[in-house]
Amino acid sequence: MAESKDGGLVFKPMEQFEVAPLFGDGPVGMFTITNSTMWMALAVLAVVALMVLGTRSRAIIPSRSQSIAELVYGFIYQMVEDIAGKDGVKYFPYIMTLFLFILFSNYLGLLPKAFTPTSHIAVTAVLAVGVFVAVTVIGFVKNGAGFLSLFWVSSAPLALRPILALIEVISYFVRPVSHSIRLAGNMMAGHAVIKVFAGFAALLAISPLAILAITAMYGLEMLVAGIQAYVFTILTCVYLKDALHPHH
Amino acid sequence: MADTPTEGAASSGGMPQLDFSTFPNQIFWLVVTLIVIYFVLSRVALPRIGSVLAERSGTITNDIAAAEDLKQKAVEAEEAYNKALADARAEASRIVDETKAEIQSGLDAAIAEADAEIAARAAEGEKAIAAIRDSAKDDAAAVAKDIAKDIVAAVAPGKIDAKSVTAAVAAKVKG
Repeated sequence: MAESKDGGLVFKPMEQFEVAPLFGDGPVGMFTITNSTMWMALAVLAVVALMVLGTRSRAIIPSRSQSIAELVYGFIYQMVEDIAGKDGVKYFPYIMTLFLFILFSNYLGLLPKAFTPTSHIAVTAVLAVGVFVAVTVIGFVKNGAGFLSLFWVSSAPLALRPILALIEVISYFVRPVSHSIRLAGNMMAGHAVIKVFAGFAALLAISPLAILAITAMYGLEMLVAGIQAYVFTILTCVYLKDALHPHH
Repeated sequence: MADTPTEGAASSGGMPQLDFSTFPNQIFWLVVTLIVIYFVLSRVALPRIGSVLAERSGTITNDIAAAEDLKQKAVEAEEAYNKALADARAEASRIVDETKAEIQSGLDAAIAEADAEIAARAAEGEKAIAAIRDSAKDDAAAVAKDIAKDIVAAVAPGKIDAKSVTAAVAAKVKG
């Protein structure tokens, strides 16, 4: 963003987020293969490697990769069952899809020179709006008009209920916004901060400090990458629970 | 929209995230990615892992049940063993008692027989001793008469007859 040529400092923290065609130099059309496409494809390959190739022996006593796949399966399955309930298990494959895509995009994005698809609001907004629409449709299909009782807080005094209903409706529609910006914002901020420290590393006087800071930020980003995938998934489960059981 | 030139917007220094010209591309490939992952997971990976987990928990449950069964069998076997041991002990002590009683009765019979024989031999012996004593008395009397006769004949021949000598000796021997 800020480029200062004096002292050799070059800050281009946002350059890493540019979507560019992978082959050639043309415009980015709808079906162009871009760096974003490539890293999404790598995420798919990683998912296949872990969940399909890793479990191909179907062993009773699992290998290491099968253990990890089973661990992830059990973790998300438990989450869906605990939060959304038994009838939420039907949507487990899609929640697993979201979790694995975000998890692998985040972690692959931490490789040097990598591109992080989940740092783009376009990607996270589609994920969040998809969840929002799906949850709203499921809510109305399962409960009919009873789904609206989600906004009618029956435990509150009657006079307060219309006001609370308004707040509930607004918060309901803000969900996809916070849901998507939380993920994209976290990924973008972390990567940008690392890039800024990398710019400072060009100055001899503070380069040890800058490299130390990059290391620390990288460690933090390792945490954030996992936590954000977890948070996105658990919020999806919570929204699903609201759709399936709006009365609680 | 798909064909709008975008180079200017991306490289002008703004946030690439807000370069709307790349949105259709990202959204299209994201949807493709999600569909691929969804089908890989729902058709292959998740059923496979689910069945492996179910199979494992089934195996564990079966193994635990089998272990419980075997444990029960072991307890039963131990009880049977203890019972057999107790039975064998009782049988052994019974046999010991029986044998002891048999031996005792045999012994008693043998002792009684031996006692009877000893008594019989003793009686016989006594009888023999009595007979010997009697015959010895008679012999002594006969010898005494003969000697007395001889002495009388030697001292006073012809004066005293043999009959009175014999009577006197018999009286002396008796007295």
